[in-house]
Amino acid sequence: MKKFEITAQKDTRSGFGAGLLEAARLDERIVGLCADLTGSLMMDAFQKEFPHRFFQAGIAEANMMGLAAGLATGGKIPFTGTFANFSTGRVYDQIRQSIAYSDKNVKICASHAGLTLGEDGATHQILEDLGLMKMLPGMTVINPCDYNQTKAATLAIAKHHGPVYLRFGRPKWPVFTPENQVFEIGKALMLNEGTDVSIFATGHLVWKAIQAGEALAEKSISAEIINIHTIKPLDAEAVLNSARKTRCVVTAEEHQINGGLGDSIAQLLSRNLPTPIEMVAVMDSFGESGKPEELLTKYHLDTSDVVAAAERAMARK
Amino acid sequence: METPQTIMDSKQLQMMATQVRRDVLRQVYNVQSGHPGGSLGLADYFTALFFHIMKHNPSAFSMEAENEDVFILSNGHVSPVYYSVLARSGYFPVSELNTFRLLNSRLQGHPATHEDLPGIRVATGSLGQGLSVAAGISLSKKLNNDNRTVYVVTGDGELQEGQIWEAVMYAAHNKLDNMLVAVDFNSQQIDGSTEEIMGFREIGSKFAAFGWEVMHMDGNNMDEILTVVPLAQAKMGQDKPVVIIMKTEMGQGVDFMMGTHAWHGKAPNAEQFENAMSQLPVTELGDF
Repeated sequence: MKKFEITAQKDTRSGFGAGLLEAARLDERIVGLCADLTGSLMMDAFQKEFPHRFFQAGIAEANMMGLAAGLATGGKIPFTGTFANFSTGRVYDQIRQSIAYSDKNVKICASHAGLTLGEDGATHQILEDLGLMKMLPGMTVINPCDYNQTKAATLAIAKHHGPVYLRFGRPKWPVFTPENQVFEIGKALMLNEGTDVSIFATGHLVWKAIQAGEALAEKSISAEIINIHTIKPLDAEAVLNSARKTRCVVTAEEHQINGGLGDSIAQLLSRNLPTPIEMVAVMDSFGESGKPEELLTKYHLDTSDVVAAAERAMARK
Repeated sequence: METPQTIMDSKQLQMMATQVRRDVLRQVYNVQSGHPGGSLGLADYFTALFFHIMKHNPSAFSMEAENEDVFILSNGHVSPVYYSVLARSGYFPVSELNTFRLLNSRLQGHPATHEDLPGIRVATGSLGQGLSVAAGISLSKKLNNDNRTVYVVTGDGELQEGQIWEAVMYAAHNKLDNMLVAVDFNSQQIDGSTEEIMGFREIGSKFAAFGWEVMHMDGNNMDEILTVVPLAQAKMGQDKPVVIIMKTEMGQGVDFMMGTHAWHGKAPNAEQFENAMSQLPVTELGDF
């Protein structure tokens, strides 16, 4: 099992903030919009350096999405920032009509996704956003795993033409991917080659998958661990190649079991290469208040849950 | 850049508006589907915008509209009137009006960009969204030091959507004084009169309270349109967005379609179509 070194503990939203600032220095068409959460989204540095390219939308997310569509119509590259809950469900029709169906080059950047938002509770812990967004035709959906990767993803989506949903989170989280990495949209990343079971993970759960891989190695189980940072378009070739080799699959995500990464991989496999699959996800329930790690344990998104899922999957070969 | 044809005078505009009304009826009748009532009521203002007021470039449509006026239709269901003026001003062939609402057409039931129909910059029809998009275009024009205007039409029933008021508040707070919004005040919506469904009481004062410049106009009187719009334009660039509360008659020009909400989204049958067309004189422009 390859060793991954934790170089820092940083929140992925800060990776977004750093990436946005760097992207904006490279391309003057980039503009930022925020719905009264500038500090939470780490957009302050962008606002300070480019005040005339920053638009405070107030607590009016529907209008913010329309403003972004209009700015894109005028040739700008808008990045909207608010919590994932208010970036998706609250404004779904605005995204569908004014952005996705209208082919607008808008980057919907969503923080505080999933259970790891923590103490604010289920009102703010959206666990349905990946499903909502991936269903929209033409929408690219990205969920990077750490600070460095979120920064790289932010730079990459600035250069990609078309609507994008970029999901990241609130808590400090292990940083283990390289600084200044090149982020290729739609390209799965092989983290550890293995032969017994494939673990496809996204977002914060990639780190849990790595820890699970170490635990499985101690049991002499060779886990292949793949980081699916792009949910849509899914890297079908990488998934099928791995599943063909290991013949059993685990998916891991901080999202509902309905509509997330597991759904996408199950659909791909059932149509092309029927393979036993176990899913680590939230089982059709809302979250609640608590500390991020406590919530991941209670809702069975922890390292031990990934290990158990791998063993179940192997038993079904 | 000029309007596509020599800028029309009032008499020529009135003839064009009659032709636009004939186009509206024929589109809806051909496919037995669409929204004739609001389209007929807006024929005069649309004609004035596209053939007299706006500086635009139909022969070379560009999404970004640099140094061009932009038009955004927020109440997208009145697509027949929009398509007619777009075609008649040169964005696409007039004969393409024959494809309205048909399979494989660029003329979707509600205006859309997805089929690359020149003249359309955003999909509308899900009500309440167009004003926000227009405000975003207004911001991009200001960033680009482009002093052209963003013209918007919204419905009156559409003002019941909350997003409209988010945009109204935003535009005033951010001094979007390059926007000229016309509210199509025909006092009708699908289920009945606006007063019956969800009354506005007085609408202009609501915009004024948010900080907009408010004007009023009879949207079915071409001479009044040509008088009031320049007055509205003169108020632009003074830190306030401008709204014209534009009184129109749904179904204007066809007697049996007026004074009722019944023709909001209903197509005439053969007899009604003949009757309606007989009330709108044939023009030298010719039907599609």
